[in-house]
Amino acid sequence: MEQLVPPDHPGGVALRRKRRVGRALAPYLLSLPSGLWLLLLFIVPLLLMLSLSLKTCSPSTGACVMAWHWGEFSSQISLYHQEFITSLYFAAAATLVDLVISFPIAYWIAFYGGRRKNFFLLMLLVPFFVSFVIRTIVWEFVLSNNGVILGALKNIHLLPHGFHILGTSYAVMAGLAYNYLPFTALPLYVALERIDRRVLEAAYDLYATKRVGFMKVIMPLTVPGIFAAFLLTFIPMFGDYVNQEILGGTSNTMIGTVIQNQFLVTLDYAGGASLSAILLVVALLGIFLYARLLGSRTIEQYL
Amino acid sequence: MSIGSEKVTEAKASRGSRSPGRSGKIANLESADVEFINVTKTFNDSNAVDDLNLRVEAGEFFSLLGPSGCGKTTSLRMLGGFEDPTKGRILLGGQDVTNLPPYRRDVNTVFQSYALFPHLNVYENVAFGLRRQRIEKNEIKRRVGEMLEIVDLPNYEKRQSSQLSGGQQQRVALARALVNQPKLLLLDEPMSALDAKLRRQMQIELKRIQTQVGITFLYVTHDQEEAMTMSDRLAVMWHGRIEGMGSPKDVYDSPTTEFVASFLGASNLLAGTIVSSSSGRTTIAIDGGGTIAVPSDRVPDLGGSTAVKVGVRPEKIGINLAGTAVAPGHNSINGRVRVSTFTGVGNQYIVETTLGVDVTAYAQNIGHQTAPRSGEDVVLSWPEEHTFTVKPLPTTVEINETEGD
Repeated sequence: MEQLVPPDHPGGVALRRKRRVGRALAPYLLSLPSGLWLLLLFIVPLLLMLSLSLKTCSPSTGACVMAWHWGEFSSQISLYHQEFITSLYFAAAATLVDLVISFPIAYWIAFYGGRRKNFFLLMLLVPFFVSFVIRTIVWEFVLSNNGVILGALKNIHLLPHGFHILGTSYAVMAGLAYNYLPFTALPLYVALERIDRRVLEAAYDLYATKRVGFMKVIMPLTVPGIFAAFLLTFIPMFGDYVNQEILGGTSNTMIGTVIQNQFLVTLDYAGGASLSAILLVVALLGIFLYARLLGSRTIEQYL
Repeated sequence: MSIGSEKVTEAKASRGSRSPGRSGKIANLESADVEFINVTKTFNDSNAVDDLNLRVEAGEFFSLLGPSGCGKTTSLRMLGGFEDPTKGRILLGGQDVTNLPPYRRDVNTVFQSYALFPHLNVYENVAFGLRRQRIEKNEIKRRVGEMLEIVDLPNYEKRQSSQLSGGQQQRVALARALVNQPKLLLLDEPMSALDAKLRRQMQIELKRIQTQVGITFLYVTHDQEEAMTMSDRLAVMWHGRIEGMGSPKDVYDSPTTEFVASFLGASNLLAGTIVSSSSGRTTIAIDGGGTIAVPSDRVPDLGGSTAVKVGVRPEKIGINLAGTAVAPGHNSINGRVRVSTFTGVGNQYIVETTLGVDVTAYAQNIGHQTAPRSGEDVVLSWPEEHTFTVKPLPTTVEINETEGD
């Protein structure tokens, strides 16, 4: 049979070259929609924010002019380092609380959940179908001075009349811990669920008691999950302002509140942008540390 | 975690007491190393293991062989302490271990998937059991080195388990178990993930190691060739029960049940009825016509029934062109070759016999005569003493020979 287009035919060569170019371009074309999405909605705003932190803005008109004002970062840090420290402290404490609370939950679901694992995970997530702000406002009711808990405890004289939680740093930490619990529990669950039960049996077979099996097999294999949980919880908590706004009253300002104020109240765009940039650097440092210690590949498994 | 410290110290004490005498060779003094006494294990109302009685002698290489779901792995897991028997007792070196947790049994396991610790390197994997026994550091180093030498993996200490090939992982799993010098080593289909060539190599290796360390091996497999190659004795399991037990040769040559006859190697089985028995010879009328003679001592107790199945292994059958005289003391059947397959080491024939059933015969390729071709009339013959008989299974029972897991 004759070939329709002989290999040496000039038209055939052109056709095949065209096909080859098309094949080489295919991956780029396929990634175009998501690439554009990233560019327009992530990279451009990020660059805008970074450039904004180097501009000077007029407080009256809000117009900003590029001034290459690198000093903005250091002046913001010296102005608000106390808020940074408060945020760090709140986020760290709430993350620790979350780890302590969610480890047993995740452990129990992963090892004893049986066929109902997905149901239990759903139960864990159900409160989070409600908006973040509404959940936090409900917490305001729960913790209020004469609310369900404190009111009842005061009525039976278990607590002094003047006792309050709302407006204290404890309320903020409680709110943070509550709102971010799934971000801790889920990576922990994934890590625990992935542990091969036969590896655990092998440990028992090699004279490990349940306790030793837990310490020498389960814990080391859960470390990447703990670190992922830490990152996923700590970083958003660090920049959170809603909990402090609603539950924390006027004291113990967190850095997120400062940024929000600068953008929406004092209209200090450059200051807000530079503080945001500093927050971003802190988050990146955390992820970089994770990648160095545990390898970048493991991050993907938990996100 | 609710594990009390008393349990831990108890475990330590029991191990401490036996460690001084365990520095070198294992004492092979106790006769029965493993004993299952009326052990039953029930999962969801069905018996995975059904009233199992089994004795394995010290120093033996013993295999539990059977199709998937026959209860062999469950038996092994009960011995390792990973499952509790529903009924019955398990003895280990004469001591009742039925309710002991795995870490208090002087038994180590090589798991089917190897189950190496992914977060530890080869050295730490092998040293895991020794560390739990609080053995002194230099001693651990010496024993791990020695064991890696035995399994032919020296200088692999620093490798991560993910960097090892399947065969190497298997050796590490073996070393990790053997380094503790257990009384008994359990092996749960350890070769199932290896390719055929490596598998054959590891079979020889495993047998060598077993001879070298002198520990009792209890090996679970669905691969009959593997079991026969390595075992001193084996038991064929089916539906949670032992169908046949003995040396590979005994079980192969004289299967006691229809299942064993068809699971272990290939068998031609012909249904028939016992018609007479005299001077050590039993005559059986085959359903399709003709008679076959069997030595009477190879007829099992049929419980009053005369229905029987007569069996002969394909390689025991001689195949000759029709008209060839049959030697005295031989059984014979006439037929016509339907399929003749050359397999390299021999020829396999499927012969349509005058009895109406197909019989498989196998002739080794020793090239002294021309092989019968398909369509040719032949006479099949074999010595009477190579004939065996088994009690027929109820026709409703189907033998599922599929290899699984």
